[in-house]
Amino acid sequence: MATLATTQPFRIGVSGEVLDDLQVRLRRTRRSRVLRNGGWNGGSAPDYLDELIAYWRDEYDWREHEHVLNQLAQFVAQIDGARVHYVHEPGLGVRSVPVLLLHGWPDSFLRYRYAIPLLQGAHDDYVDDLTCDVVVPSLPGFGFTGQIGAPTDIPSIQSTARLLHRLMTEVLGYEQFLVAGGDGGSAIAQSMAIQFPEAVIGIHLTDIGWHDHGDRLTDIEQKYVAAVQRKFMEDGAYAAVHMSQPRALAAALNDSPAGLASWIVDRFHSWSDSPRRFEQSFSKDEMLTNITLYWVTQTIQSSIYGYLAEARQPSLGKDDYVHCPVGLALFPRDMAVPPRRLAERNLNVLRWTEMRMGGHFGAWEQPQEFAADLKSFVIAVTDPFSQRAIDGNHARKAV
Amino acid sequence: MEITHAKPFEIRVDDWVLADLDARLASTRLPPEQGPPGWDAGSSPAYLQGLLDHWLYHYDWRAEEAALNRFKQFRATVRGAEIHFIHERARNHAGGKPPLPLILTHGFPDSFTRFLKIIPMLTDPAAYGGQANDAFDVVVPSLPWCAFSHEHRHASGLFGVNDIWHALMTEVLGYERFGAHGGDWGSTITEHIARSHANSVVGIHLTDVPFWHSLKTPDDLRSVEREYVDSVQQFQMKEGAYAMVQGQKPQTLSDALNDSPIGLAAWLTEKFQRWSDCDGDLDAVFTKNEMLTNAMVYWVTGSIGGAFLPYYDVLRAGPPRWIAEAVKQKIGSDQVPAGFAMFPKDLSHPPREWAERFFNVQRWTEFEKGGHFAAMEQPEALAADIREFFRPLRSAQ
Repeated sequence: MATLATTQPFRIGVSGEVLDDLQVRLRRTRRSRVLRNGGWNGGSAPDYLDELIAYWRDEYDWREHEHVLNQLAQFVAQIDGARVHYVHEPGLGVRSVPVLLLHGWPDSFLRYRYAIPLLQGAHDDYVDDLTCDVVVPSLPGFGFTGQIGAPTDIPSIQSTARLLHRLMTEVLGYEQFLVAGGDGGSAIAQSMAIQFPEAVIGIHLTDIGWHDHGDRLTDIEQKYVAAVQRKFMEDGAYAAVHMSQPRALAAALNDSPAGLASWIVDRFHSWSDSPRRFEQSFSKDEMLTNITLYWVTQTIQSSIYGYLAEARQPSLGKDDYVHCPVGLALFPRDMAVPPRRLAERNLNVLRWTEMRMGGHFGAWEQPQEFAADLKSFVIAVTDPFSQRAIDGNHARKAV
Repeated sequence: MEITHAKPFEIRVDDWVLADLDARLASTRLPPEQGPPGWDAGSSPAYLQGLLDHWLYHYDWRAEEAALNRFKQFRATVRGAEIHFIHERARNHAGGKPPLPLILTHGFPDSFTRFLKIIPMLTDPAAYGGQANDAFDVVVPSLPWCAFSHEHRHASGLFGVNDIWHALMTEVLGYERFGAHGGDWGSTITEHIARSHANSVVGIHLTDVPFWHSLKTPDDLRSVEREYVDSVQQFQMKEGAYAMVQGQKPQTLSDALNDSPIGLAAWLTEKFQRWSDCDGDLDAVFTKNEMLTNAMVYWVTGSIGGAFLPYYDVLRAGPPRWIAEAVKQKIGSDQVPAGFAMFPKDLSHPPREWAERFFNVQRWTEFEKGGHFAAMEQPEALAADIREFFRPLRSAQ
């Protein structure tokens, strides 16, 4: 059988022209203040955004960050004409387990940049016994994986799951592996486990994703669902726009770096561990590298198309069940910690950890804690006698 | 003594604003042509490309500006807000009583340009096949945070506009009694004027029943009303994203739209396409010049964020505001004669029974063509309906 999957090393190298054009746009940014009191009341705080744009224009150096990112071993695979950019870093220990790490929106493969060396097992003066081979793709429609292909070819959760399965098996030659993910990455991880039970031996999630539960919920579960809905009515407009008229919005975001920055910052701020100390969670350099990734690849439109696809054809139904072991690392400032019973309706929960700090981007904000929990889960899945299998919280107290 | 505080105003955009705009348009980064075809997922890529070409190579702002300036415009400080308005007096009015003053209030995503076509039909009906004594003195303000109006304080927001309008008509322009017409936010504001300033208002004419009435559903709904209320909820679920984001995140959205002319035009024209009776083809109902001039009014004034404030005000109104509104509703008047002109492709289609719960409905006309922007889409039909509605009310002036 002819192989239709190939891969090549990749280095980020944004053209000078694109960066010059960005600079011109930043210099002519037209700011406006909509509300008298400002702050984060009506979206991104004008004072913060002013500072961020000035920093982007005057101090931020993309080349420096590009250089740092290029320390990661990156590749671009071609799978039946579909392109996937990914980081592939080997574990350093005696035994390594392959783990596929999946980001969501509006982050990128950068979500895992701090967790990667920890999972590889590198420490100052020693290497863990069991480590991870780390694969971090840019999802279809995102970053250097690039815009979607054919005009009507919007990536769905299922099609992305199939593509990434081929990446892991055909391109990288892993027969069995784990998948970790948050946000859209959580849904993709679940879909991979459901579609490829022989290959996916465990999934580790920072949220339970979204299932249509119908009307079978208990009071406690209903309370959680209602809380999520309330949150949506207060802060979910971004998703409503993405699901219905993404192209009306994308025209502005693809043309205005300040607009793109504001749209993305607004989400990071809402979902960070402590919005009052936003810059302790995310420095301006970190925010801007993530934003610049979207800018230089012109992928904001294709990155939000996933919402449209989900709205039209939900990927996870109420009867979908993940049979492989599932680890949940739930960060307190993510949207809401669900009742365990609700998670267990669709997931074979092996490990349940309520993390001490962190928000929606827990793997980014709390890489140590995230990597430790993920590694405990990897051990639990690959070594069923491990004490750490049962309960992340209990295990931590015991340690 | 008339218009003591109003100063004549002409639109005169600085050259550098237009030069900056040209530079932005020339370097526009349109999103890649992907996703569902046509207008299915928001703006149509083909339409946007055509609009951009037209803007770059054919559109002449100075000509449009001159056309806008053919309407007599003023600015006046009213209740602390700087209000821009067109004030065109009746022409060829046939003696007897003085012409009836009429204030027209726009909504979103339009602007004062919504009414340009019907102004002459109302000030000079004889020239448009109507009766000379149906003439109006017409006042078309820009909402306090939009276009050439300006309000720093955003004091009482949407809920206070009716007081500003009343002061504009009575204190600034010296009219004792007047009529009012509006659609979209204009219909809410027009209802507020009738409620809180009934003695000054001879009648109100609306193109929709203000949506917020459907937030509170009475128990005794008839089935046609139930259908209507359900359809409003459906609309909010399926089409309400724009309202949600404008209410939740006016600053974030403004950050983008105020920095990208094509982004601004995309956001606005998409609503015109969805809400007008254009059968999918926006060009069939609105010229590109019309669409661009409406966008330009927001671009050159940097005020698109202001257009979102009514959504923010409604979303953030806390219990004290709603209690105050309920009190106003209770002590205010629901007796001002009201006329409704309903167009088939508007966002909602309330039955007359529903309107009668809240209004003293004197006239109810259902048209066969037209959408949310009747004043732009079906100006003759709307102007005729307004003239007929107010004809019997003129004696109360």
